[in-house]
Amino acid sequence: MLLIHCPYCGENRSELEFRWAGEAHIARPDTISAISDEEFAEYFFMRDNTKGIAWERWRHIHGCGRFFNAIRDTVSDKFLLTYKAGLPRQPVPGAEAVAEPSVASVVEGGAA
Amino acid sequence: MSNFRIKGAGRLTPARTARFTFDGRIYTALEGDTVASALLANGVHLMGRSFKYHRPRGILTAGPEEPNALLDVSRDAARRQPNVRASVQDVFDGAIIRSQNRWPFLSFDIGAFNNLLSAFFPAGFYYKTFMWPREAWAKLYEPIIRRAAGLGVAPKEADPDHYANRFAHCDVLVAGAGAAGLAAALSAAKTGAEVILVDERAEVGGALLFDTATTIDGKPGYDWAQDVFQQLKAMPNVRVLTRTTVFGYYNHNFLGLVERVTDHLANPDPSLPRERLWQVRARKVVLATGAIERHMVFANNDRPGIMLASAARLYLNHYGVAVGSKVGVYTAHDSAYEAAIDLKRAGVDVVAIVDCRAKPGEAVVSAARSLGIEVLTGYSVIDTGGRLRISSMTVARNGSSNNRKIPVDALLMSGGWTPSVHLFSQSRGKLKFDAASERFLPDVHVQDCVSVGACNGTDDLNALLSEAAAAGGGEFSVSGEVAFAWTGGMIGAAEGAGKDKIVKAFVDFQHDVTAKDIRLAVREGMHSIEHIKRFTTNGMASDQGKLSNMHGLAIAAEMLGKEIPQVGLTTFRAPYTPVTYGTLIAHSRGDLFDPARKTPLHAELVKQGAEFEDVGNWKRAWYFPRRGEDMHAAVNRECRTAREVAGIFDASTLGKIEVVGPDAAKFLNLMYTNAWDNLKPGKCRYGIMTREDGFVYDDGVVGRLSEDRFHVTTTTGGAPRVLHHMEDYLQTEFPDLKVWLTSTTEQWAVIAVQGPKAREIIAPLVEGLDLSNEAFPHMSVAECTVMGVPARLFRVSFTGEIGFEVNVPADYGAAVWKAIWERGQALGACLYGTETMHVLRAEKGYIIVGQDTDGTVTPDDAGYGWAVSKKKTDFVGIRGLKRPDLMREGRKQLVGLLTTDPTEVLEEGGQIVENPNQVKPMTMLGHVTSAYWSENLGRSIAIGLVANGRARMGETLYVPMKDRTIAVEVTDMVFFDKEGGRIHG
Repeated sequence: MLLIHCPYCGENRSELEFRWAGEAHIARPDTISAISDEEFAEYFFMRDNTKGIAWERWRHIHGCGRFFNAIRDTVSDKFLLTYKAGLPRQPVPGAEAVAEPSVASVVEGGAA
Repeated sequence: MSNFRIKGAGRLTPARTARFTFDGRIYTALEGDTVASALLANGVHLMGRSFKYHRPRGILTAGPEEPNALLDVSRDAARRQPNVRASVQDVFDGAIIRSQNRWPFLSFDIGAFNNLLSAFFPAGFYYKTFMWPREAWAKLYEPIIRRAAGLGVAPKEADPDHYANRFAHCDVLVAGAGAAGLAAALSAAKTGAEVILVDERAEVGGALLFDTATTIDGKPGYDWAQDVFQQLKAMPNVRVLTRTTVFGYYNHNFLGLVERVTDHLANPDPSLPRERLWQVRARKVVLATGAIERHMVFANNDRPGIMLASAARLYLNHYGVAVGSKVGVYTAHDSAYEAAIDLKRAGVDVVAIVDCRAKPGEAVVSAARSLGIEVLTGYSVIDTGGRLRISSMTVARNGSSNNRKIPVDALLMSGGWTPSVHLFSQSRGKLKFDAASERFLPDVHVQDCVSVGACNGTDDLNALLSEAAAAGGGEFSVSGEVAFAWTGGMIGAAEGAGKDKIVKAFVDFQHDVTAKDIRLAVREGMHSIEHIKRFTTNGMASDQGKLSNMHGLAIAAEMLGKEIPQVGLTTFRAPYTPVTYGTLIAHSRGDLFDPARKTPLHAELVKQGAEFEDVGNWKRAWYFPRRGEDMHAAVNRECRTAREVAGIFDASTLGKIEVVGPDAAKFLNLMYTNAWDNLKPGKCRYGIMTREDGFVYDDGVVGRLSEDRFHVTTTTGGAPRVLHHMEDYLQTEFPDLKVWLTSTTEQWAVIAVQGPKAREIIAPLVEGLDLSNEAFPHMSVAECTVMGVPARLFRVSFTGEIGFEVNVPADYGAAVWKAIWERGQALGACLYGTETMHVLRAEKGYIIVGQDTDGTVTPDDAGYGWAVSKKKTDFVGIRGLKRPDLMREGRKQLVGLLTTDPTEVLEEGGQIVENPNQVKPMTMLGHVTSAYWSENLGRSIAIGLVANGRARMGETLYVPMKDRTIAVEVTDMVFFDKEGGRIHG
């Protein structure tokens, strides 16, 4: 199970709280009704489906509810960076370590 | 009954006994015994039959890697578990233990006939033989093969035990509490770190449990281990979990552990869970998983009484049990000598140590010889004798044809040690083959983990201890001393399992895979280990090849003339050892398996005798049968009553989203195809939502309560995804809009009252609102009070009758429902459920998104082209709708279908064709999406998607069924009250 850093909550939370929401940085054209069929196909249908470093949208759906962007390596499943929606495409961090949980405590779980 | 318990040996207390039965016979064990040690103490070696050949099998190991001794262990009829490894299950008083895969008895098994016929079913036999005829596989071959080959039988009763689930975080998780794990844990704990130390056995110590010759910190290794255990237990930052297995190592240092809480207890406290699943997120993981001893691959190496040398040593030194009285040893590794030495010192006759190596470690050889044990170096065991127990071993000098038969009742073997890299490999770490020691060792650690000790190939005790202490991160050091430094080891087939021999030299005991099966697989063209594995099933049994993988790989590499790394290594996958379903699902069973959503009116519906149907997770009232009514009769009555008098319906599951803010109308303009600016407060409108591609996504009535507040309804199933879709656009595409979205589905109870007397029913309960047609016409909404409860009242209809939807806060739902039903009952109304709702809406041609549409239907296809604004410059779907394929002529459109025979009800999903006599495959024009018996019309009705449907009015089309063809006429979708006058009442 992945550990994902929500840039709005500022916490690493379990994958269970999140939902993947497709490729990031595909802006809806302002003049969408005027674009050509090819431009519409490029906007709506075509996706990179990258093997390796991918820029993705995620939503903290069972947390704060916010959409945000993430850089994830789809081969190793490592999150390299998460950042707020609306920010431009961020560069891949160098050899930065993946964030790890900061809470060192034991929690009794209920009916999960 | 013989007693193989040796006085003074072992660590169990003779005073504390437990009684159990094995195949109906009563045996006595000592507290702390495993099933294996208890049976061995009673001289029982025969514990099972093999999977395929039904060969008699005994206990092979003393740990989790056991492939042979799989038993059925029970407390009572329901508390029964098959396929329990005798080597890890503790005996408890009253345990009922049975052998498996034999009939009629363990000692005389009809299935053993397979062994005589084994020449006819080598590896791949099933794949090649049972291919034809195809139908026979499911009916004939598979049932027979399943009965003949197999493991235990699952209990039929529900599991009466309960299981727990815990989440934990820690700084350091140490997997394995042998010398390395204990040193690492203590080192880490001394830094103040939160530590979790896990070991699968009942006691910590790992190899120190059997290795009594090693000292650490000046103490016997076992004593040191227990001291460290006590120290760790006393530290508040340490949690030690014994009887707990780390079975899975997942992403981001997330590990799955199973703690066996009560399986070893005779009378467990019923409040305790049987097992506990731990889901741990560790900052750092120390893998101290040790190594597993390999067997030797030689002819008939599977008879009961043949076992791993380290296992025999553990049975002696921990459980005080001698595994035989005339013991032979066959080894390629020095460690087996120490087993022989311990047995000899305990008074057991060790007849010979047969070492296939020319030059074993000198110290162990002379130590064994000085005790009077015959040591044959450069010799091999080439065969064994005996039926239900080994009776002899045949020994020959390597390369010589002269041999000697030596009577034995047990044979210990050691092919050396395989590092347990399972968890490391699960963590996606990369392994590297060390040619000198012929083993795969951890190379690149991908996650924040470190391997220490035997699993890292660190053989020297002091190197191991300092490596482990360093991994723990603390300033801690400890040293120790071993009796003998071990050397040696071999992988692959030994002498006597040679290339051309027709012998059964078992590589994988659990799946009965022999050396010649692997050679056959290579000859048949399997060159990758992944293919060889699947062809032979080597390593695919529940022990996952803990003993067999390296041998299989070496034999394949030899046959292929390749180096081992070139042949590859199969992937290690979770779980490390089998985990019960109970543990994995924990509380998620019964009512908690999939939570049911119940409306605030649920209890009232139950009282009224509703039958329920599942709609997503919702329990919805389906129909309300009266005494003697079947579903058909009840639905007919409800349909009739609703149109003649009135019907009352629980519509609470309807998705509800409150859209609020100064830009709310602007936002809805973007989300729906309709225009919302011109909708006045107090009015409702039916809206259609498309996706960007132009296809219908959802629909529902939206009421405007004020300039900046809309009450949006969605389909029952669509509520979560519609909110997600709206949030997506609001947050990421239109973030400047000042709008707030709130799900209110569960905040409102919704009571629909539909029919000519609807107004009469609710009027006395509604306060402060004129319900007349003039003041409150169709498609009105108002905030008012109902029985003093703040309410939102909608004048809407999904039946074509005059209709109201009373929204009250969920907690008041039941009270208002009761009052409305009391009024309705007096006036002759009925309750109705989802089935009647479906029929009534179909009579009016109202669509259900998701039933009549399927994600390829545009608003125009559905006959709702009028709902797409022509004036708006933007909405989600505006561009998609202009795609050439969505604009073309001849698209499938929703139309009404009337069967020529009015009593015939079409089947939903039935395909529609123009000419039923055409050659197959026929050209299909579309399909039936909804079909019902309409009691109000006295005939069947249907809706379907038909190519160019609206241009086909009056045409006759056909729906071919399996046994007949049904003729239908294409019609308008509105079947009842075509003028639509009733709705305005």
